[in-house]
Amino acid sequence: MVLIYIDQADQQIKKSTQEALSYGAAIAKQLGTTAEALLLGNVSDNLTALGNYGVTKVHHINNAQLNTFDAKVNATVVAHAAKKLNATVVVFAHNINGKAIAPAVAVKLQAGIVTGASSLPDTTNGFVVTKTVFSGKAFAAIQIETPIKVISLNQNSFGVHTQEATAIVEILDITVPAPSIKITSVDKIVGEIPLTEASLVVSGGRGLKGPENWGILLDLAKSLGASTACSRPVSDADWRPHHEHVGQTGIQIAPNLYIAIGISGAIQHLAGVNRSKTIVVINKDAEAPFFKAADYGVVGDAFEIVPALTAAIIKSKASA
Amino acid sequence: MKILVCISKTPDTTAKIAFVEGNTKFDENGVQWIINPYDEWYSLVKAIELKEKDPTTIIHLVTVGGADAEPIIRKALALGGDEAIRVNSISNDSFSVATSIAQVAKEGAYDLIFTGKETIDYNSSCIGSMVSAMLDLPFVSLATHLELNGTTATLKREIEGGEETCEAILPIVVSCQKGMAEQRIPNMRGIMAARTKPLKVIEPASIAASTTIKTFELPPAKSGVKLIDADKMDELVKLLKEEAKVI
Repeated sequence: MVLIYIDQADQQIKKSTQEALSYGAAIAKQLGTTAEALLLGNVSDNLTALGNYGVTKVHHINNAQLNTFDAKVNATVVAHAAKKLNATVVVFAHNINGKAIAPAVAVKLQAGIVTGASSLPDTTNGFVVTKTVFSGKAFAAIQIETPIKVISLNQNSFGVHTQEATAIVEILDITVPAPSIKITSVDKIVGEIPLTEASLVVSGGRGLKGPENWGILLDLAKSLGASTACSRPVSDADWRPHHEHVGQTGIQIAPNLYIAIGISGAIQHLAGVNRSKTIVVINKDAEAPFFKAADYGVVGDAFEIVPALTAAIIKSKASA
Repeated sequence: MKILVCISKTPDTTAKIAFVEGNTKFDENGVQWIINPYDEWYSLVKAIELKEKDPTTIIHLVTVGGADAEPIIRKALALGGDEAIRVNSISNDSFSVATSIAQVAKEGAYDLIFTGKETIDYNSSCIGSMVSAMLDLPFVSLATHLELNGTTATLKREIEGGEETCEAILPIVVSCQKGMAEQRIPNMRGIMAARTKPLKVIEPASIAASTTIKTFELPPAKSGVKLIDADKMDELVKLLKEEAKVI
């Protein structure tokens, strides 16, 4: 059986879980077994509807202590559940919490692990998982040698696949160990899509010349329903908040669309965004290295191009 | 206070990525090696900052690698740290590396074990989580801030769209990222002192690898950028809609 970890926060299942469920269901199909999901804590979502992503069962450990995340506790509980349910493959999203617990779960299950998988495993001869390495500059095909396998899936690399089905919800009884940390406060930016979950991202660099010029970028983001990001020099200069910094030292993202405005495309910046499906680069310097990594490019003055692009998007949406 | 800082040797950020021997081995030809940036800028410097606040703090560095990792560990010692341990094992299997580190950590009875958030070569972000499981310790991942008050640590960690503050009783394992500390450059005194700091080499316990890299592959080359005239934004929107199908 393939067991997929449901990641939740604030009583809501995270968007990245939908993709992990679809991925786990596809692995189960390939292995001729079932895909089942595991939920720790309580959420307001309709659990039977998770059948739409291909799981036949949802095992629910409805202990309120698990509503908040504690890496040590969650890893222990997931490993116990996986053992009790005889899971042979355990799947996580390679997101913040997945990164925190998947390797610990692998240790507890004596399982080999591949983190950051980019496609379905090749099970024709053994169990080989391909993952991105060298910050997105290469792939490695890795054989897992153990009977139990743990995989975490790079976000936005498999896609969400749905069908019409309902899942059976079963309460699972697992002893929950005492908390190992005490969460004292949570600061969230309200009303914005977290960058790591955004499918459309508009990002600005030094080419915009100053924080007072961000209006055109925000208008473009609004017209698309996109999240906003920035390059390292911009966040270092405090033109934009640090949580918007994408790149090797900032946040790594893989949206469907990344629009880079006035960003030259240093290798450290590319390491944070090169897994984006489609990259649009707007830069006045035709020699900017970012154009080599782009799908579409516009050479020219961002202060003219960006408002024109926003107008074109609004026009296109109005006629749709 | 005893801190263990995990140090990994990685190719320089700008190194050319290529493979040899039928795409089974990373081509090390001409590659400059550096301390994994997350290990250096955030975990190691954070440990040094803590020692500056409390000079009784002892910092040990650990690396798992061959003799060719020694220049890297000497460079780390030049930044700070009292002594280093190299586990003499060449492995790219996270489980084997974590087992070696956990073995060192057990013997040293550390209060804090720091790793970088990931290495820039294999990007596995496994070591902190694995070591915490092997030692049965709390794990705070992607930490951006840490303060000590006796045996209690107050930490901030990244969460989707924000950050969370938590408290934990030492000993704990922490994976460090941007925000934890500011990058430093080793000074001449540090470089001289590093030459005589103890660097102990120990042999690993025999561990069967749980994973094996079969082959590497470079991503298909981008077909080349499609340039759109600055005054034809309707065309760009059409391409994004109908060709790329992303909006």
